[in-house]
Amino acid sequence: MNKLIIQNLSLQYSDGTESLRDISLNIPSNAITVLFGPAGGGKSSLLRCLNRLNDLTEVRVVSGKVLLEGENILDPNTDVIALRRKVGMVFARPVVLPLTIRGNLTYGLELAGEQRKSRLDEAVERSLKLAALWDEVKERLGEPGIALSGGQQQRLCLARVLANQPEVILLDEPTSGLDPLSTAKVEEALQVLKQDYTIVLVPHSVQQAARTADYAAFFLQGELVEWAEGKEIFTNPQNKRTEDYVEGRFG
Amino acid sequence: MKSSMHINQNLSQRLGFSLLSLVMLITVIPILAVIVYIILQGAPAISWEFLSGFPRDGMRQGGILPAIVGTFYLTLGTAIFSVPLGIAAAIYLAEYARENVVTRLIRIAIINLAGIPSVVYGLFGLGLFVFFLKFGTSLLAASLTLSIMTLPVIISAAEEALRAVPQAFRTVSISLGGTRWQTIRRIVLPQALPGIITGVILGLERAAGETAPILFTGAAFFLPRLPNSPFDATMALPYHLFVISTQVPEMPFQIQYGTALVLIAFVLGMNLIATVIRSRARAKRQW
Repeated sequence: MNKLIIQNLSLQYSDGTESLRDISLNIPSNAITVLFGPAGGGKSSLLRCLNRLNDLTEVRVVSGKVLLEGENILDPNTDVIALRRKVGMVFARPVVLPLTIRGNLTYGLELAGEQRKSRLDEAVERSLKLAALWDEVKERLGEPGIALSGGQQQRLCLARVLANQPEVILLDEPTSGLDPLSTAKVEEALQVLKQDYTIVLVPHSVQQAARTADYAAFFLQGELVEWAEGKEIFTNPQNKRTEDYVEGRFG
Repeated sequence: MKSSMHINQNLSQRLGFSLLSLVMLITVIPILAVIVYIILQGAPAISWEFLSGFPRDGMRQGGILPAIVGTFYLTLGTAIFSVPLGIAAAIYLAEYARENVVTRLIRIAIINLAGIPSVVYGLFGLGLFVFFLKFGTSLLAASLTLSIMTLPVIISAAEEALRAVPQAFRTVSISLGGTRWQTIRRIVLPQALPGIITGVILGLERAAGETAPILFTGAAFFLPRLPNSPFDATMALPYHLFVISTQVPEMPFQIQYGTALVLIAFVLGMNLIATVIRSRARAKRQW
């Protein structure tokens, strides 16, 4: 089943230059869809459109639709607050809010008005376990989040999104600043998470794309060149440009 | 050749360093001299009676309590009006206003307000608050006048403090389903608070030391009691100092310097609080 359906989406920057040209793409639920390609291809812009974070940036929607379970989320009447709870985002650099570890995790729920301690405690434990961080921090939930190492911080950011109980998780190069061990932990967590969530990942390398993708879409200079199942794209690409990029001839 | 160049560079570096140290001394010495001189001259006048008593014998004897309390009330009154308004304006400018002609005009107005001589504020306050709004020569009119003078300082400092909070915090908060206002209240404002408080104190400190704006709007030459309503006139330290230094014949030196010492202690005390808050916040800051 497709969780998200992107139809003829075109984006541009406020100075008028094109960001994405006429993209159509389906994002299946309970799978990892990878958006990959060289920098400047429009992957991050697309990702930000999926929970309307582009409202904060220079990127404007020119035309097209993004359907989340049939509802066009680009409609001006969309409740963006509710949308962002449903579609969470993990950024490239781990941004830990200036709160405690626990405070970071309960932040989204508290914004929504949840005050019951039992509910918050439960969400903290559940989300930390899902992000494979519980054992490392369960004794120090009251410490500032910034006290964690880089890899732990990024898993905290993932857990923070999970605490909101979203349906879709967007990840924008979540491991670009992490060492291989931390990267592996994040990737392992994603493999478990995909059973219950729809995951859209912009990977930081072709290798990561190949390792993680159930489905993959190749972006080049604002154009969606090709999308298919991951196995297909990385072993038997249909388009010459995809093949050249996957095999490392440019990029 | 190479080594002589080395020596030259060393020499010029040391020369430059000495020159800078000298310049620094030249700026610091007068400030220290003023403070030390006032302490030496004024300290003998300081006594419990001086701080807690009323002026007697045409202000030549007794204490300066009404002026101390008056300055405290004026500072408090100024804070009541200027702090909420200033912070609200800064939040608007830093978090909500789009960069356009109107915003630019507001900014230019704020910068120019900060440059207006304080006596002009005094005249403005006289016209608007004392006469037009019929507050009379009063604590209220003087506090409002000082507030208008203080506002640009508070707005600029608070806006700067808000802007210093990393943009990424806002993005993350909004991505987790926060509204703009929730983001400001829960993340941005607490992080900017030390900077805002520092700016507020520096602004209020200036208000506490000003004479011209209160001269026509609220300051009493002599009031043998404490003000008992916002519509009362009040004595105030800076104006009292002016009065006893120029308007009262045969004024004992000590009382003048004692008054100056109390005023300086009041202002420097506020400054010290601002410094402590700032350095504590810096040590605790997480970004």
